[in-house]
Formats: sequence, structure tokens, C-alpha cells
Amino acid sequence: MKLTGAQAFLKCLEEHGIEIIFGYPGGALIDVYDELMKNDKIHHVLTRHEQAAVHAADAFGRIKGSVGVALVTSGPGATNAVTGIASAYLDSIPLVVFTGQVPTKLIGNDAFQEVDIVGITRPITKHNYLVKDADQLIPIIREAFHLAKTGRPGPVLVDLPKDVLATRITYPELKPISMRTYKPTYEPHPGQIEKACQAMLKAKKPVIYAGGGVILSDSNVELTELARKLNIPVTMTLMGLGGFPGSDLLSMGMLGMHGTYYANMAVANCDLLIAVGARFDDRVTGRVDAFAPHAEIIHIDIDPSSISKNVRVDIPIVADCKHALLAINSWFGRSKEFNVDECVEKNRPWHEQVREWKNKHPLGYVEETDIIKPQFVIQKLNELTGGDAIITTEVGQHQMWTAQFYHFNKPRQFATSGGLGVMGYGFPAAIGAQMAAPDKVVIDIAGDGSIQMNIQELATCRQEKLPVKVAILNNGYLGMVRQWQELFYNKQYSSTVMEVVPDFVKVAEAYGAVGLRATKPSEVEPVIKEALKINNTVFMDFVIAREEGVYPMVPAGKATTEMLLV
Amino acid sequence: MKHTISVLLQNKPGVLSRVTGLFSGRGFNIESLSVAQTLEPDVSCLTLVTSGEDTIIEQITKQLHKLIDVIKVTDMCEHDNVEREMALIRVKAEAHTRAEVLRIVDIFRGKVIDVGPKSYVVEITGKASKLQAVIDILRPIGIQEIVRSGTTAMTRAQKS
Repeated sequence: MKLTGAQAFLKCLEEHGIEIIFGYPGGALIDVYDELMKNDKIHHVLTRHEQAAVHAADAFGRIKGSVGVALVTSGPGATNAVTGIASAYLDSIPLVVFTGQVPTKLIGNDAFQEVDIVGITRPITKHNYLVKDADQLIPIIREAFHLAKTGRPGPVLVDLPKDVLATRITYPELKPISMRTYKPTYEPHPGQIEKACQAMLKAKKPVIYAGGGVILSDSNVELTELARKLNIPVTMTLMGLGGFPGSDLLSMGMLGMHGTYYANMAVANCDLLIAVGARFDDRVTGRVDAFAPHAEIIHIDIDPSSISKNVRVDIPIVADCKHALLAINSWFGRSKEFNVDECVEKNRPWHEQVREWKNKHPLGYVEETDIIKPQFVIQKLNELTGGDAIITTEVGQHQMWTAQFYHFNKPRQFATSGGLGVMGYGFPAAIGAQMAAPDKVVIDIAGDGSIQMNIQELATCRQEKLPVKVAILNNGYLGMVRQWQELFYNKQYSSTVMEVVPDFVKVAEAYGAVGLRATKPSEVEPVIKEALKINNTVFMDFVIAREEGVYPMVPAGKATTEMLLV
Repeated sequence: MKHTISVLLQNKPGVLSRVTGLFSGRGFNIESLSVAQTLEPDVSCLTLVTSGEDTIIEQITKQLHKLIDVIKVTDMCEHDNVEREMALIRVKAEAHTRAEVLRIVDIFRGKVIDVGPKSYVVEITGKASKLQAVIDILRPIGIQEIVRSGTTAMTRAQKS
């Protein structure tokens, strides 16, 4: 039996176990949307902006551990999706984005709602396709899913011309995918594992630096086993939070520009740095030549181009983090040279040193009685959700405070736009997260600036009846940029003062959601408690200390030891 | 240092722009480039000349490898290889210089491939340095136009 391209497209999504997609219709996609109405296996979430559809699909994939799917129309639909795609690319998130396209005959004619989206997204996708031949539609979609989730994951875009979706085709049989040019390395080289383990045996001041790769490869259990077995303190990147329990005694929290004092000091003084699924981003390293200057560096990463890109690595291990950590753990399991007590003993002075740093400058802030401190709100959220909520964030000060003060003990509990730093990510991401985990508490921690970048998604929340909670840390500033202006630009608050801020309570109410407000510290807890009780979308407007800064802070281009402290 | 990098690619639309986009997007530089089909019709060979420190070249080869359509990347500098470039040179050839031009072309084992009343088109192949030498010698006689191909390269047979 022959199917139209649109029918085959949906059948292929079903074949990949896709039950929820996020999208926005348009002329080029009418055939698909017509079929979607008849389909009871795939639920389509209508966002109110294509960017939101992609962010929601991104977070859906992160929380569920699967591939997110977004569907947007040609032209402006496709260009609106670009920010979402770029964000997923920089965070290595598995995602397949389908864009409508004008009929093949019109391509190149500057037709209505035509853009060369394959050209536009070439540098921000892992790979992309224009389906020119209806018979290639299904093989291409299968390849797209395969590429998105294997190796270093990433977004893949498939451009679907309108005539391809209307052409009748025979649905091809499922065959194992074999790509001549694409064979990611999963298994580590045994020689490199041996070298890495020997280095770990010798090290007296080791540090594990864990990134998003730990979460993407689901290797948190193996990482935790290694850290505990060898008694190695762990620091995480923003993307790595939850890859190791944040409240564990071995956790030093996040490192880098707004990392903890002790994590940055430990990295600067360690003799062995074990980087697992991290990429030595500039926000982590600060001045590169002063990053871990005394350390031998082991780097586990599935992408060979990440290795020695920014920082020269001594022992590279190209492999999936899980496979590499399993191999390392099994090496220590059978090694005769390894003795747990000796290892603990050998690292004792190092742990004492780390503890001393922790005691000297713990994460903190100056508490006040009459004005709400943003850190206090996040501590309360952590406390009242038992550290068990799924958290998303926008980008800015609130994002860094969240990373510092919410203790992520589990992977796939946190979704944030780490690499691209997208304001407007968190709210649609919370929608994706809530769709992925309907029974969980999902909170978007936002700023008053960034929530306005995708505030229209209140409508999506209401339409899908999602009890998403949004905690707005409202200081009337674009706080992170204002902080830089305060510190490095003579307090010239150029365009960072939000002279008009909407009444968020009323905005929520206008959409049929609930708005709550706290203006005093004593109101914070009751507002959060009430919000958590309400089975509806809730905006919590926390009016916070206006000029609170995020500390510690490593000024751009400085060594990570040159921190500005509270 | 200059590196000649040979890249085997799937012969598909848009593949060349993936390669050139990678270079422009990441700030790598391309000095010359040539592409054509190989023995297999669905595979192209792209030869490019770039320059940079070892760390940059390492990134270039890794990033090229990462492109889904790339089959194989070879840094020719790591192998014993032969490299060739071709130039077409339109040179003034009037009564008193025609013989001289022919002699020079002959010495460099080039060919005259088009003859006009007042000019020749000369074809020269060789390494970039040889092409430069021919150009330098013909210049005083009067070069009107030059078109050069990019470098192409192949590894030498292994001496067993």
C-alpha cells in the first residue's frame, strides 16, 4: 500500500517511538497537519512561537533521555527555530527538527516563505538534509534519528518540500543503518585506560571535572563509583550538574566563572585533572594558560575534536563516557596495586586542603530581613521541593544562582541553555520537561528580563493544562549585564534598566494561570508552598534585592584563582 | 607551516559548502582548493592547502573528520607525496619574442595550447615553485593573464 509523504512521515515518527512533538503549522506543512488530526498516537503540542517548540523538544529529550522532535513550517517558521537549534547544538542535545519547504520546483526562486534553511543551519546542526526525492524521505528520517542520538549527540534538521509530502511512496522496510562515513568510537583504547588508571594511582591531588557528557551518556552511576572508590573530589560544569550528587561530601559544586571558590582552587592546585565529557569551555577555564597548571590531564570524550582543542591533554581517551568509566572501574576492580585504604590515606592531605578552602569561602550571601535575596528564594525552592524538582532556567544571574544554590542530586533534573546562553529557553523548556515527566514538579527559575522573551508560552501551558511553575527573580534589571557594568564599566547601566516591567501576576491571570507575589522574605515560603499546591500554571513574582551580584566571579580573561568574592 | 590536506567526500550537493563553511566559521584559512570526482562516481576528492600551527592543523583535520559526508582526511605532509598545480598563462608573443617564449616553454616542459596573432596561451604544470619560476621569467616579456588551479596531491608508492 502506498502512503503519501505526510503519512509516511508520521509512520516513521511512530517507528521511532515518538509520541509527543512540538510545533507550529504553516502553508508548507498543511499536509502533515492534516494527517496529524487523524493520528491518535502522536500528540502535537502547539507552542506559540517556533523557537519555543525547539526549546521544548530539546528539554523533553534531556529529561526523558530520548530524542526530541520539533516541526515548524518553511521560511519564518524555520528561521524562528534557528536559536533553538543552535542552543541544542552547543549543548550536544539529541533533537530532530523538521522544517517545511516550498515545493521542489520552486526552490531557489525566492518563493513565498522560502529560505535556504539547510544553508542557514549548516554550522549549527550535526548534519542536515533537504529531501529532494520522496523515495529518500524515510531513509533520511531514519538516518537523522540515528545521527541525533549516537556519538556526540546533536540536532539534525530535515527540510521537507511540500510536494514530497504529497507524493505517494511505498513505505520502505526497516533495515539496520549503515553509514560509510560515520562510525563514532564508543570503546576506549585499553592502552589509554591503563595509562589513565596508573596516573590515578599515583596522583596525590586528583580532581574529577565532569561535564554534560556524563549526563548524555547516562554514566552518573559509573562516575559516582569511581569518585567514591578512589576518594576523588568532583566538580561539575553547568551542563554536568546532577552527573554527581550535589550534596555528596565529595562534591565541590560548579567550577569556572561563577563556580565555587574551592572548586576553582582545587583545579588550580591539583596534580591530576580527570575531565569526563567536558570541553574546557572558556567559562570554565578562564585564562587558559593558568588553568590546572600543575596537573596531568586525562580527557574522556566521544568527540575527538574536543580533545586538545583549548587545553593540551596528556592522556586522551576517545570513547563514550560510560564505556570509558566502566573500563576504568573494572581496571581498579582487578588491579593488585590498588588498595582502598592506601588511596584514602594518600589523598588525606588533599582533602584537608579542599575542606580548608570550603570553610574559608563557602558559597554564601548577606542575609537581610526586609528585602528578598535571590539566593534565599532558590534555597527555599530547594528545601520545599526536597531537591527533587525538575529545574529549568533562562540565562543570567538567576541561572548562576540556581547552579550554585539548588542541589542537583540526580541527572536529567536540570535543563539550561549552557553553551549558547539563550534568554527565553527556560519557560518553553519547562513545558517540554513537564510533558516528559508529567508527575514531577517542574520549575522554571527566571529573571524578569528573560521570562519576557517567551512569555507567550503561558498559552501553551494552559492549552496543555501543564502545572509548570515559574519563579521570577524580579530585580528590574538585566542583572548579569548590569553586574558587568557595575564592575567593569563604571556603573553605566546602559540599556539594562527595565524601565517598564509588566505586572507578572496580572499577565498570568490574563492567560487563566495563577499569579503570586512576594515582596518580603517572610512571604517567600508561603508563596512557594501555595504554588506547589496549585494544579495550574503559576507565576511567582519575587521582588528581589535589585543590585545583588553573583559571586564568586572570575572576571573574563583572568585566571580562575583571581576570583571576586562576596 | 603550509599543509596540503586531501579529503575524500561523498559526492552530494552542498558538501563543498560544508567544508568551506567549516573553514570560514572557525577562522581557518584556505590558500587553494581543488575538487573533482574520483574513480568512484559518488566520491569526490578535495585537495586544499592551508597554513597554521600544529594545533590548528590538528583541529582542522579533526573538524573535517567530524563532517558526516567526509570519508577520509589525509594530511599530505605526514606522507611522502607528489603535488602538482597547473597554470594557464597568456603571454605576449610578437614577432621579436615568439621564439623566446617558445624556448622558455620548452625548457619548463610546458605547452603552447593556443596561438593568437599577438599572444600565446601556455600551459605549465608542476609544483608551485616551478610555476612561480616560469611566471617570473615570462613577466618581462609581458604576461597578460594568469589562471592557476589549486594544488592536487597524491601519496607516492610505498617503497617495500
